Parts: sequence; structure tokens; C-alpha cells
Amino acid sequence: MMQPARHSALPGFNLTFGITLLWLSLIVLLPLAALILRPWELGLAGVWHSITEPRVLASLRLSFGVAALAAVVNVPFGLLVAWVMVRYRFPCRNLADSLIDMPLALPTAVAGIALTALFAPKGWIGALLTPLGIKVAYTPLGILVALIFVGLPFVVRTLEPVIMDLPLDSEEAAATLGATRSQIVRRVVLPALIPALLAGFGAALARGVGEYGSVIFIAGNMPMISEIAPLLIVIRLEQLDYAGAAALGLVMLLVSFAILLLLNLLERRIHQRT
Amino acid sequence: MSVELRDLSKSFGGVAALNRVSLTIAQGEFLALLGPSGSGKTTLLRVVAGLDFVDSGDITVDGRSMQSVPARERSVGFVFQHYALFRHMTVMRNVAFGLAVQPRNRRPPAREVRARVQSLLDFMEIGDLAHRYPEQISGGQRQRVALARALAIEPRLLLLDEPFGALDAKVRKSLRVWLRALHDRMGLTSIFVTHDQAEAMEMADRVAVLRAGRVEQVDAPARLYAEPASAFVHEFIGESVRFDCIVSDGLARIEGLPNVQIPTTCPAGQAVALIRLHEIGLLPGPGPARVESRHLVGPMCRTVVALNDDVFDVLATEAAWAPAPGQTCNLDLSRARIYRSEPNWDS
Amino acid sequence: MNLSATQESPAVRVGLTALTVVLLVTLLLLPLAVVFTEALKHGLAIAADALVAPDAIAAIELTLIVAAISVPLNTVCGLAAAWCIVRFRFSGRGLLITLIELPFSVSPVISGLVWILLFGANGWFGPAFDRAGIRVIFAIPGLVLATTFVTFPFVVRTLIPLMEQQGASEEEAALTLGATGWQTFWRVTLPNIRWGLLYGVLLCNARAMGEFGAVAVVSGHVRGQTMTMPLQVEALFNDYDWVGAFTIAGLLSMLALLTLVVKAALEWRIGSRGGPLL
Repeated sequence: MMQPARHSALPGFNLTFGITLLWLSLIVLLPLAALILRPWELGLAGVWHSITEPRVLASLRLSFGVAALAAVVNVPFGLLVAWVMVRYRFPCRNLADSLIDMPLALPTAVAGIALTALFAPKGWIGALLTPLGIKVAYTPLGILVALIFVGLPFVVRTLEPVIMDLPLDSEEAAATLGATRSQIVRRVVLPALIPALLAGFGAALARGVGEYGSVIFIAGNMPMISEIAPLLIVIRLEQLDYAGAAALGLVMLLVSFAILLLLNLLERRIHQRT
Repeated sequence: MSVELRDLSKSFGGVAALNRVSLTIAQGEFLALLGPSGSGKTTLLRVVAGLDFVDSGDITVDGRSMQSVPARERSVGFVFQHYALFRHMTVMRNVAFGLAVQPRNRRPPAREVRARVQSLLDFMEIGDLAHRYPEQISGGQRQRVALARALAIEPRLLLLDEPFGALDAKVRKSLRVWLRALHDRMGLTSIFVTHDQAEAMEMADRVAVLRAGRVEQVDAPARLYAEPASAFVHEFIGESVRFDCIVSDGLARIEGLPNVQIPTTCPAGQAVALIRLHEIGLLPGPGPARVESRHLVGPMCRTVVALNDDVFDVLATEAAWAPAPGQTCNLDLSRARIYRSEPNWDS
Repeated sequence: MNLSATQESPAVRVGLTALTVVLLVTLLLLPLAVVFTEALKHGLAIAADALVAPDAIAAIELTLIVAAISVPLNTVCGLAAAWCIVRFRFSGRGLLITLIELPFSVSPVISGLVWILLFGANGWFGPAFDRAGIRVIFAIPGLVLATTFVTFPFVVRTLIPLMEQQGASEEEAALTLGATGWQTFWRVTLPNIRWGLLYGVLLCNARAMGEFGAVAVVSGHVRGQTMTMPLQVEALFNDYDWVGAFTIAGLLSMLALLTLVVKAALEWRIGSRGGPLL
């Protein structure tokens, strides 16, 4: 299948390609083959039945719905942070920049218990919200908070290089043509950022759908209400329902794949424009 | 040592980079590969070094085929366009690299390597840079380091890819003279790639003009200028003026100049007449050409002449006769060369 | 009146900056602060006790063992993959890159699940391995496999853009000077990519030690035996041992902070942003 199209003077193709293919096959392809093949032990009807159970549908709806909502919230948040980080200079900017990566560096279980402690009725933020009648921990709202936390860096880091590369002279040109600053932002800056905003949205969404560690502590995990799809996979495994777990995993993987594909298409679109 | 390239062909994704290239380079010769970008000159150099491979054809060095000899066994000195110095090594270690990687039984002892490198650096007039890193030295110095590194392995053949491309004009000029002197003193055989015709004409024993993967002409610089083998070579080397013409009965006639008839061996039909600026003669009018303006450039006089819709310059010495601006005149184009027309040669 | 064409008015700038700082502090800094506050709520001594509890020590050891196996494996294979992807053109190259990045787009739970499907009691190879007396799931091999899957792309992903940007001419120069492939790799390639490689290894290691979802699925949660630090955090938290949970969480947070500091230093060293951690 894979052959060098032309030989190069540099050595090592066979060795490195062999190692790569072997490692990829053992660590990625073989396991994913199991994921793709095992659900069908249930038969087509069985798979259908297994992924259309009300509890499964509820969990899928929750996972994708809240992940999408969190990604939507993260678009303005990410835009704000990225804009300020790239365009403005303020004290402790480098510190703030490192902080943005915190959700990616912090183990998800740590993030999970920290957010739970923060938003629990007696937590620092929870105590402020309880009098207002807002319950965050152990509700779908908690899942939203966790996914906003996890997804923010994806939007910020996708936007930053694009904002950095925005040509200042097109903003200046707009100004010489009589545009006000807010017109420039709306008509020149934002349109140029739309592909990156979509890409960041997609990346945050894809991450949110599969997220587990930071969510399960704060979610409450009530079936039909705050039970995410990955948790249902774990539950099915505990019941030794491998095929059912694999079926649910496959559905999630296919949707994630679709998102990845969309991302690639978007990225290509961005490259075509520039 | 002599190099023979026979019928080399190579294509990248359907586009011919080399198209049946044959060349012979004699021992001690300094050959320039000259051509516009995309003409295949760098590919040709990389093929000789063993960094790229041809689809067909053969390279022999002193009669021995290089086909199955890997780059590292060809003992060819290669100077890369942007030098490709090892950025994490000092100048000394860069130059010593080729000695340090030799098999243990052939590798000279460390002390000797250091001494040899130092004397090579001194020879190159960069002896005091031995402990600097490439990013700490100037472009011209990097160029010398790259050359010293290539020469340290005592190559049989030196290949240079646009060696002065990244340097400013002044440094370039002095390095040209120095490199040519070095070539002669060390008795090297060298091939160098350039797109700068002045550079090629000044330095090389012979120049091979490449175009779209083909060799158009190989000749000594003076002959190349005096007797270009094709319209492409004529226009690529030196300044020329181009007229469309029609050949019939062994005579080329230029449209709008009924008096001009140039004998030619070109077959009948559409053709082009090419002439150097100083070869154009201005004759007293009235005639079809009109003088727009005249200016002295040093000892030469540049006359701007309009003919039909074309405007071109004519070069003559200050003393030569020329009509005043606004006057008309006749043209003497008898020294023009006639070539078969190739409408889209530069595509 | 705003006179600048390329900047917002000072009031807007101050406002947006303030909003950003508030957002970053509440969303990103507070969780971190909570971890250390909760861990030290009853004093340093109690937190220290939680850290040297036998189960905690076992969890730390296991985490180190798992990372010590999967990180070097992924480093070597990442180097090999980057070399063949960047330095050669072959059909299927784009597909190979996509496949290598695949683990990033898979839920951590699925990354664990796939290994159960292969080596679990009902797995394809599970019964055979069981008969041979080799335990994969609910044992160290399973933890290593799940961790390796999750951290597979880190090194390759950092190296590919770096090596592409550096180009092959230094390596070609080494070849024309008579160096063998290995000499070229050790003396030219590796020194040139060393900071980038370290960066990739750092990210790989941070994820390997902090991974939760994938290892949670394959661990079996045997206290003192198959619990890595993140799993130990979960177990203690569910036991309402908040000091214990947050103490180990604090240790993991320090690892994360260290990672961020070294990452910032390496980015400065490489001279450009290395992009997001993931």
C-alpha cells in the first residue's frame, strides 16, 4: 500500500517506516479494529437496539448537547482572551499566557475534583450562587462548567496565530476609507477570523464530547439527567457487556471522526484563502 | 578527474526537470551551469552529488559509473545554496565533520584533524573564527566555512549551488575572484550553479546554458556571447533587441523596414532577428525610426529610438554620429542574427 | 474620540483586559487554588501523612513505572515516524499522519475500552493470555497499553513541523561529507531537534502521568496495586477523604505547573510558540 514514490539520498526509510507501521498497527489500528468489529456480535438489530435505548440516547444527547453549548460559550470567551493576549500588553501577561494551557496540563481528575469543590453548595463559588437559586454541582450545569474549562484553550490557541497574522495594513486601509474602529472590527477583523473561530469551536466540541475525568465528579451522574455517554460505556463494561460498550464507543468515534473531517476541510479552506 | 554526464533525464510528477542532458567536464575545468530558475541546474548538481537520482542516463567519474555509489562514498564537495552549516557546531567542528565521521581505521587522530582544519581555515583567511558558531559570523564568512568544510575531505570534484546567492553585491564580487583563484591553486575540478550571467561569464572556463531541463549551449564565455546558438541564449546573455521577421529566399525581412534584408540560412517562414544594442547602426534619415532622447552614460551614448510601436536603446561611443532628438533616421541591422521563432520560449 | 485605526480606545482596552483577567482567574486559577487550600486545610503535617500512606506511595510508584515504559517507547517510535514522514514522500503519507493523530480525537474512555475488547475476560486475546498466565487488563501491561495509546501522537506532532521547517540540507551536507545514516542522525539531526524533542517528551510525560479516563477503564481499581495517582485521587475523593484526595491532586498539580514552566522555557529556547499542549 505505502511505497516511496521516489528514492531519496537520505537513508532509513525502510527502518523508520517499518517501526512506524508496526507501532501504529499494534497501538492504534488493532485496538480500533476491535472497536469497529466487536459491536456486530450483537447483530444489526442488536446494535440498533443497544444504541437506541432511552438511557443511551439521553446520554448521547447530553454529551453532544452540552459539549456544543460549552463550545458556543467558549467562542466569545476564547476570542476575548486571544485578542487581549495578542494585541494588548499588560502586567503578568506571560503568566496569563501560561495559565491558558492549565486545563490541558492539569490531569482531568484533578480538574474534576477541584471544580466540584469550587461549585459545591459550600464551595467558594457555589456558596455565592446558592442564594441565587443556582445549582451547578451535580447538575448538567456542572457538566457545562467543566467542559468550558476544558475547551477554552482550544479556541484561544486556534485563534492566536491567526490574530497575530492579521495584516494591520488592511485595518489601516479601512480607516483611510473612513471606517470607525467598531466598523473595522465588525467588517474587516471578524470576517477574517471566522474560519479560525469555527475551527476552534470544532476542536473544543470534539474534546468536550469525549471528556470524562473532569466531568464525572461534578456531573452527579443521574441516569437520564446528568449521565454522559463515556460514563455509560464504563457502566456497560462493568456489566461485562463488551459489545454494547463497543457499540456506544463506535457511535461516539464516528461522530468525532465526522468532526475531525469537518475540521480538516475548514483548515483547507483557510489555507486556500491565505 | 573528469566527469561525463550521458543522457540524464528526470521528471518530477510529469514535469521534466532534466531532459537528456549530456555534458563532459574535463580535469581542472571550472564549469558554470547557467539558467533561469526552474531550468534544472540545481537538480543536475544534486544528481552529480548523489542527492537526487535520474530516471535514465549515467554519470561517470574518471570512467567509473556513479549509478550505484551513494552520496557519502562519492567524495564530492558540495556547497549548499544557504550553506547548510551545522548550526549546533563551531566552525572548527563543522569543518572537521567530514574527517570525524570516517571509519576508525581511516580517521586521522584528533590532534591531526585539528591541525589540518586550522591550517585549512587559515588558508581560507578565517582562522580566527574557529570557535564561533555559524550564527555568529557574517554571510561571506559562512560561505568560506561552507567551502572549507567541503574541501576538508579533499574532494575530487567541487559542486557549488548558487554559492553567492545570499551575499550582497560587494562581498560577492571579491569572493568571485578569490574562489576562482582558489580553484586554480588547488587544482580542483568544479561545477557551479548560478542564475547570474555576469558571474558565470566572469568565473567559468565554460558555461552551460540550461533551459527547461535541456542544455542549450556549452561554450567558453566569449564564444557564448559572440555566437549564441539560439534565440534563448542570445537574449539570456547580454542585452539584445528583438525584431519579428519573415524569411524567404535566404533573406530575412523585418516588418516596417523595407530597406533591411539580412542574409540567413534559416528556413523560410516566421523568424526573429536579435541584435546587441551596440551592433545597431544609426544612419541619416529621413527614415522609419525616430530618436526620442539621448543621454551620455560615461564614455557611451545611449540613444532611445522608437520604431513603429517599439522603443529600444542603441549604444554607441560618444564620438559616433547620432541624430538629434525628434529627428528620424534609418537603421543598420546587418549584424543581427536570425533565429527560428519560438514564440513561448520563456514559459 | 478614538484616533487610532488599529487599536480600540483606552477605556475599551482596559475593560477587555480586565474581563480577560477575571475570566482567567475564576475559570483557570481558582480550581488550582482550591486544590492546594483543600490539601492544606488541616495543616502541612496531615497532608504529608496522606502523601506517605502506603497506598499513596504505591500509586506514585505505579505512575512512574507506567510513564517510564510508555514515554520512551513513544519517543523512539515518534522519532522514527517523524523521520519517515518529513524526509520522504510516499503514497499514503497523508493517511499515515491522520492515523497517528487519531488517538487525540478519541475519548479517553474509548482509549481504555479498546484494550478491554482485546485483552479483557471476553476479549479477542484475553482467554489465551489468561491460560498463559499473563494478566493484561487490571494489571500493569493494560495500564501501559492504554497510556501509550493516549500519548502516542505527542512526540511526532511536535517533531513534524520542526523538522519540516529545518529542512534536509544539513543532513544532505553530512552525507556528502561521508557520514553514514546513523552518524547523520546522532550528530546532525538529533542535536538540531533536541529542544523540540524534549518539548514533545515533556508533553507526552505530563499526559502519561495525568491520564485518568483510559486507565480508569483498564485498571480494575485494586488499591495499592493497580491504582495510578489520578485513580487514587478518585478513590479517596469518593471515600470523602478530601485531604488525601487533594494532597495527591496537589502533587499532580505541581507536575502540571512544572510542565507549564518548562514548556514556557522551551518555547523561549526554540524561539517560537510550540502551540497548544495538545
